[in-house]
Amino acid sequence: MSKVLMKGNEAMALAAIKAGCDAFYGYPITPQNELPEYLSKHMRIHGRAFVQSESEVAAINMVYGAAGAGARVLTSSSSPGIALKQEGITYIAGAELPAVIINVMRGGPGLGGIQPSQADYNQITRGGGNGDYSLYALAPESLQETVDLIKESFEIADYFRNPVMIAVDGLIGQMMEPVDVDKEVKKWDLKPKTWAADGNRKDHPKNIINSLYLDPQDLENHNIKLQKKYTEMKENHQRYELINMENAEIAIVAYGSVARIARTAIEILAEKGINAGIIRPITIFPFPEKAFKELPSSVENLLVAEMSMGQMLQDVKLANECRLPIHFYGRVGGIVPEAEEIAQKVIDIIGGQSHE
Amino acid sequence: MNSKIVYEKSKGLSDFHLSYCPGCTHGIIHKLVAETLVDLDLLDRTVGISSVGCSALNYDFFSCDMQQAAHGRAPAVATGIKRVRPDNIVFTYQGDGDLASIGIAEAIHAAHRGENITIVFVNNAIYGMTGGQMAPTTLLGQKTTTSQDGRQEATSGLPLRVSEMMAQIPGATYIERVSVHDPKHVNKAKKALKKAFDIQNKKLGFSMIEFISTCPVNWGMNPKDSVDWAVDNMIPYYPLGVYKDKTVGEK
Repeated sequence: MSKVLMKGNEAMALAAIKAGCDAFYGYPITPQNELPEYLSKHMRIHGRAFVQSESEVAAINMVYGAAGAGARVLTSSSSPGIALKQEGITYIAGAELPAVIINVMRGGPGLGGIQPSQADYNQITRGGGNGDYSLYALAPESLQETVDLIKESFEIADYFRNPVMIAVDGLIGQMMEPVDVDKEVKKWDLKPKTWAADGNRKDHPKNIINSLYLDPQDLENHNIKLQKKYTEMKENHQRYELINMENAEIAIVAYGSVARIARTAIEILAEKGINAGIIRPITIFPFPEKAFKELPSSVENLLVAEMSMGQMLQDVKLANECRLPIHFYGRVGGIVPEAEEIAQKVIDIIGGQSHE
Repeated sequence: MNSKIVYEKSKGLSDFHLSYCPGCTHGIIHKLVAETLVDLDLLDRTVGISSVGCSALNYDFFSCDMQQAAHGRAPAVATGIKRVRPDNIVFTYQGDGDLASIGIAEAIHAAHRGENITIVFVNNAIYGMTGGQMAPTTLLGQKTTTSQDGRQEATSGLPLRVSEMMAQIPGATYIERVSVHDPKHVNKAKKALKKAFDIQNKKLGFSMIEFISTCPVNWGMNPKDSVDWAVDNMIPYYPLGVYKDKTVGEK
């Protein structure tokens, strides 16, 4: 199919429609506004539901309702709005409902700023709300990958009966790139939603959507059941890309926009005769620990580059299991690192000018 | 020997034992909601939303599909369901802590959007489940665990009249306040519920029925005294009646 030039937020919206999303509920926040704006028009054209809710809290609880009724449902927001949605997200995970949540990250903490950031990493990968649960979290680096993963994310959510978060930064939401929105994506083996409380009692016995278990043993059993899903995600559904790792003397660990920038950084380094590679996590939960177990022996250092003060750094330390020295380069507040900055950091590391 | 059934439990209710305290009127209100859904032949296409509070467990009590909502969020959950299943009947069942305090925004905006849902709002002027704390609806001078000297206007304001407020919202179709303190008022309350669910079934918009209810345990009274207290103290401050009926023109 042909590619069309689209803005990130609008391409994400169109991807959801292509994935058969039945409903969108959301609340305005920069830098993701073009996404609900696009859907406010196009969901109606496709006969789907769209509500601009009174708050992020209301939006995510609408998502919970529609997901419980068996619909494919989406919400989107940006960092402070995602913080507000945590109440509903933990209910969605607790009640084992599928839903897709797009987070177009901006700088924090508090009201922070409106420029690109990756500082929600901990909020995304550690659940975010109360209780033991995890999101399946995808962090694409280009619009094409974002569109493809959003389309597949509805399948993944339905398969696991668990919320999926698309974690992008404001750069991906705001930039324009050519995308093919009709590219085929993986179809998962999905069962009919016989569990849905959809008000069709003629078709099924009474269904209840619930996350309340007053008996401690019931609640422990429920948690063990949930944990099995997260274990399956960790064992079988880690996603990552290894870029130029053959004979690389250093591996840059970066996701999303920063991985994209690191691609330019390794070209700059190649011109200077330095062989650098990239470990690019595509899932940030489950974190791609497997990527760190099969590194070539040429790799002597790791450099974690991200738009936070070192949130992913913690996961890299765990995955590295103290094998290699780990260095860090982070920019925050909405500042996107330049390829030259990352390249210079690598030069400093190789020259012994950087400390772990 | 021939026997004739003169009364039986509504098939809108399950066989679960209700979790309510003796003398509490939640049981009557459950019966009325269940009977109404059966009488209007809506039960098989209804989704009910349980809230947080004494009625949190009523997903087990009604025999229709049920979804349990976070504290105050039931009208948002109902909106989410109704927009993807517009031909189903969707109702929320909420107490006064849930609706009038933490969930007031969700209730107002569901009415504001004219969501075609029904809210069953149970006002007993106190937080029951959490042990008798002050609610927005607690009467002046009423003693609760968080207003131990009685509610004071200076620090807690005047009790919130929810039906009067909701009636001001242009998007709301039908708002009525009822009571279940005697058989006459029980019958009147059932008529109000029938009207509300009929409005929803005809896709005429948002309806809310507020029930004046009792909480003998947290009010520290026996069931008879608590009914009398509701009649003598609550109804004068929360007058019964239809506050809005767009189907016959606005009041």
